[in-house]
Amino acid sequence: MPEPTPETQPFWDGCARGELLLQRCRDCGKPYFYPRPVCPECGSTDVEWFAASGRATLYSYVINHRPARGFENDAPYAIAVVQLAEGPRMMTNIVGVPNTPEDLILDMDLQVIFEQRGEISLPVFTPASAGTPRAGGQE
Amino acid sequence: MSQDQGVIIAGAAETNEIGKLPGKSTLQLHIESAVNAVADAGLRLRDIDGIATVNSPGPVQVAHALGITPSWMDGTAVGGTSFLLHVRHAAAAIRAGYARTVLITHGESGRSRIGATPFPRGNSSIPGQFEAPYGTAGPTTAFTLPVLRYMKEYGLTHEQLAYVAVAQRKWAAQNPRAMFRELITVEDVLASRLVAYPFHLLECCLVTDGGGALVVTSAHRAADFPKPAVHVLGTGESAETPLISQMVDFTESQANRLAGKAALAEAGITTADVRHLMIYDAFAHLPIYGLEALGFCAKGEAGAFIADGNTEPGGRLPLNTNGGGLSYTHTGMYGMFAIQEGVRQVRGEAPAQVPSVDISVILGNGGMFATSGALVLGRHPR
Repeated sequence: MPEPTPETQPFWDGCARGELLLQRCRDCGKPYFYPRPVCPECGSTDVEWFAASGRATLYSYVINHRPARGFENDAPYAIAVVQLAEGPRMMTNIVGVPNTPEDLILDMDLQVIFEQRGEISLPVFTPASAGTPRAGGQE
Repeated sequence: MSQDQGVIIAGAAETNEIGKLPGKSTLQLHIESAVNAVADAGLRLRDIDGIATVNSPGPVQVAHALGITPSWMDGTAVGGTSFLLHVRHAAAAIRAGYARTVLITHGESGRSRIGATPFPRGNSSIPGQFEAPYGTAGPTTAFTLPVLRYMKEYGLTHEQLAYVAVAQRKWAAQNPRAMFRELITVEDVLASRLVAYPFHLLECCLVTDGGGALVVTSAHRAADFPKPAVHVLGTGESAETPLISQMVDFTESQANRLAGKAALAEAGITTADVRHLMIYDAFAHLPIYGLEALGFCAKGEAGAFIADGNTEPGGRLPLNTNGGGLSYTHTGMYGMFAIQEGVRQVRGEAPAQVPSVDISVILGNGGMFATSGALVLGRHPR
């Protein structure tokens, strides 16, 4: 399970509240992920947190048949990268849909939800058409 | 570049055996390859004054075990391409006068894990926080992640991806040291078990034990060694991202492109000059990404280029002629073996020798599309 560092703690605190937080540069406006206190676009350290919409599309994935430790009961399971509506990409799992090539179509619309795993609330994604409750801040 | 600024590979050798070697530790594989490479150069260990290798065991341990007191050392450890970077850094050190004769070693008990460093699992690292929670299981789940996007964007088929393994097995069939030598078909590849869809077992590299080492020195000494000098004509290196999810574009490797461009530019060559090519192939898509990054194929065309037979025996661009990581060997940090095959081809002593290899290009991958190194090796100085 992830162990937050001081720089990433706000992200995990946001997840615990049901919010997907990203960072944005106050100078050039670029939103980015993963959390760090410097803008990768322009080098500014004047950056802020904001709540993302939680909307995303499926960018790429694999379906893993050799589970990591702790995932033995889940295999085969998809490890995916999603493109967030705000621009950055992140790794995730896809839930609420069979993890098969037939059901996981690239560029399908997704929505973030949060799964409790141990002490961590983990952002995962589910098909937007499934009518899942919206989580993650502003509409 | 004048002869006095030039750098050569004067010695190159692998461990006596590669494959399953439960009787040898990681350090012993370094020692054995070092002794073999120094002997290949007609030198003694006391002639070595520079050392480069990855942690661990690292340059201090390897130098000490061999009785070498270095005046220059490099512990650059950026994945399996590190040894290509060591050649580049050694060339700079030799030109600067920091060292005269550099030994670069690789040894890895990748399969048997004898005296091997445990894989680090830092739950507070960036990958530990933002990838591991989703069930990543090393390279098979991360290095492979971009390819479905490539398939959608450019129409690469499952059969074309499988054919990369088929083509390389044809080279391995001519190499007695290759672990897998029986010819295979696309159907065989697609019938092998799924590791991480869309990748089947035969589209993933081997996991083996072994090592290799190089002796690098000034080109003005080219006539002093028993084997023909292999000139280091160009070098490049770059890095992109430690997280596969943060690649700029899943359909291309920026690090491959930048490292390759730098190496070809330094050598003053174009792709048309290249007679032999090695592309680090931990998985079947890497030769496709590499061919496009180096400019041998336009974007989206490398899968068909390989499936049309261009890179296999008899083709116009011999690629991964030892059988590659898919069929020859893959200790975990394969880059050293790609260099070794480039040296053998330029010297004219490879098991599956390509005629008249004046120029060989080697493109390395480190991590999961994290880093890259590139070398242009030649039979003649520039």
